[in-house]
Amino acid sequence: MRRIISVLLENEPGALSRVVGLFSQRNYNIETLTVAPTEDETLSRLTVTTTGSDKVIEQITKQLNKLIEVVKLVDLTEGAHIERELMLVKLKATGSQRAEIKRTVDIFRGQIVDVTSSVYTVQLAGDSEKLDGFIQAVGTSGVLEVVRSGVSGIARGEKVLSL
Amino acid sequence: MELLSGADMLIRSLQDEGIEYIYGYPGGAALHIYDALFRQDKVKHILVRHEQAAVHMADGYARATGKPGTVLVTSGPGATNTITGIATAFMDSIPMVVLCGQVASTLIGEDAFQETDMMGVSRPVVKHNLSVRHPEEIPEIIRKAYYIAATGRPGPVVVDIPKDMTTPNERYEYAYPKKVKLRSYNPAIRGHAGQIKKAVDMLLAAKRPIIYAGGGVILGKASDQLTELVRMIGYPITNTIMGIGCYPASDKQHLGWLGMHGTYEANMAMHHSDLILCVGARFDDRVTNATEKFCPGARIIHIDIDPASISKTVDADVPIVGPVDAVLKEMLALVKEAKEKPDADAIASWWKQIDEWRAFHGMRYETSPDVIKPQEVIEMLCRLTNGEAFVTSDVGQHQMFAAQYYKFDKPNRWINSGGLGTMGFGFPAAMGVKLTHPDDEVLCITGEGSIQMNIQELSTCKQYNLPVKIINLNNQALGMVKQWQDMNYESRHAESYMESLPDFIKLAEAYGHKGVRIEKKEDLETKLKEVLAMKDDLVFVDILVDRFEHVYPMQVARGSMKDMWLSKTERV
Repeated sequence: MRRIISVLLENEPGALSRVVGLFSQRNYNIETLTVAPTEDETLSRLTVTTTGSDKVIEQITKQLNKLIEVVKLVDLTEGAHIERELMLVKLKATGSQRAEIKRTVDIFRGQIVDVTSSVYTVQLAGDSEKLDGFIQAVGTSGVLEVVRSGVSGIARGEKVLSL
Repeated sequence: MELLSGADMLIRSLQDEGIEYIYGYPGGAALHIYDALFRQDKVKHILVRHEQAAVHMADGYARATGKPGTVLVTSGPGATNTITGIATAFMDSIPMVVLCGQVASTLIGEDAFQETDMMGVSRPVVKHNLSVRHPEEIPEIIRKAYYIAATGRPGPVVVDIPKDMTTPNERYEYAYPKKVKLRSYNPAIRGHAGQIKKAVDMLLAAKRPIIYAGGGVILGKASDQLTELVRMIGYPITNTIMGIGCYPASDKQHLGWLGMHGTYEANMAMHHSDLILCVGARFDDRVTNATEKFCPGARIIHIDIDPASISKTVDADVPIVGPVDAVLKEMLALVKEAKEKPDADAIASWWKQIDEWRAFHGMRYETSPDVIKPQEVIEMLCRLTNGEAFVTSDVGQHQMFAAQYYKFDKPNRWINSGGLGTMGFGFPAAMGVKLTHPDDEVLCITGEGSIQMNIQELSTCKQYNLPVKIINLNNQALGMVKQWQDMNYESRHAESYMESLPDFIKLAEAYGHKGVRIEKKEDLETKLKEVLAMKDDLVFVDILVDRFEHVYPMQVARGSMKDMWLSKTERV
């Protein structure tokens, strides 16, 4: 089952490599990984999406918690949560394609953020399935380049992951 | 406040931490530190002949004393040579701090001479590692390193020290922190009261209970609490090879150790139990055999300081995260005041069954009129030293024979590489023990394969006068490899035989020690007595033993706990 694990990590050199090392060392999957400092500059927030049986996920969270630099973590998929990923796509856009792409971008509530005579660069945010859906809708033949940020997530409601 | 250079701060921090011995080997990047060591005499340095041995020495010291060991090496090859030793300590949760020199911070990343990314190389085999980025940080980093190494589930901590952090003429204010606080590291200090209550209820209601104790009892200094609980409740106890000595082996409630080469009665009792109380052990594959066939009728209570050890391979019904001594103390109190008592009839018939198993096998082996059996060497050593020696071992058949036939009644006396299985561990570990226990008998039980992996340390023993006794069970083959080849590869002995063994007696003499060879069975006792009487000498005892002996019992691969070979021909 797919899980989103959100981690507060000491913002120190080498801390990220411990997390990544743990996954490869113990044969766990990483599907996406995002990391950036938080409003508290001593902390980074890291989101990792992974798959595994309940037993494996339990081990992942326990082993992550064992890392000295991991301050706190939560498995967001255990409760209601919001998940977002940012995508930038460069699309071939000439002739009648230009209007067609514009319409599709509007339907997906994306934005065209850069334009040349033959290329549109589209920005789109949403959960991972929505981003997959957009690529499908415009068709892979017109796609010149895709860059995705990986998943970030946050719990719904009052629940907060902080110190 | 005093002004000290980074190198002096490092050594002062070790003094303030109460470190008496460090084991190491100098080199370019560590020379400022070595100079600071030279200018004081509180911290004593032991110069080994290979960095791996320094780590095993620190490890032996830590296992015998319960205190963290300390290693000092230089960058590059000095640091990488410690890796096997660090991994050994990591697998067995041994507290240790390894201080590594590093090239100057301005050179890091430039492939400088003797540069290795020790933070990266050591990461998978340490509890934590720390890098010094400013000399002023040194006291706090050293305090943190020892705190992390020794608390919670212990383990090795590496400190990487770039050479420019120890420059002699740059001085900073020195103060050694009394306490260290890490917001992200808070090992449990007691177990969950509700879970402990539940565990005690289950324990008292059990009909076929068994206590399965591990190295965590020794690391957590909880032998007394465990012994008291087991004696009070009257249940059978077995332990892992890492837990040997946590409960007196000579006691009738003790079934010996369990697992791949464990006793018949311990493995049978585990398999047929209805309740397992696991204390500081981790259901390792050498204990459980095939996990899907593991103890089908048993409910499991698991006490461990490390939550990740619980339900990792075998699911626990009642997990208790906490220090074993505190949890056992609370259990003991609850057992004492409980109204319900163990079911006397059920426990009596359980003991009857166990005694039958004991009588059926009871660690037998066939003796021979003329060939020396490795088992009888160990039995004799146990008798001649009253079971009170510190015994270190290397890895292989001799390790299993030593663990099976030397009866330990006290913790911290059986010292082996149980998790990583590191050949070459035993001799330097024995040296680390002897250094701090000069009046105790220290035996290194080894084989002609393992001993050659760190034999250069005979030279260190000469320098520091470390009269350990090396008991070389010489069967002229890599015995355990050969046993597996006999059992699984139709006796095709691929590379398990060494044709050009050295003359170990001459070798010991070349290093300035004594050597004794025992070839005849009738000489065994007299010569061993002579050796043990040579208190001030390191004696290399080369004993020619049966070349064809196998270790039994041996669990059948991928079977349950009760599926065992009891000899070359008997399978149950």
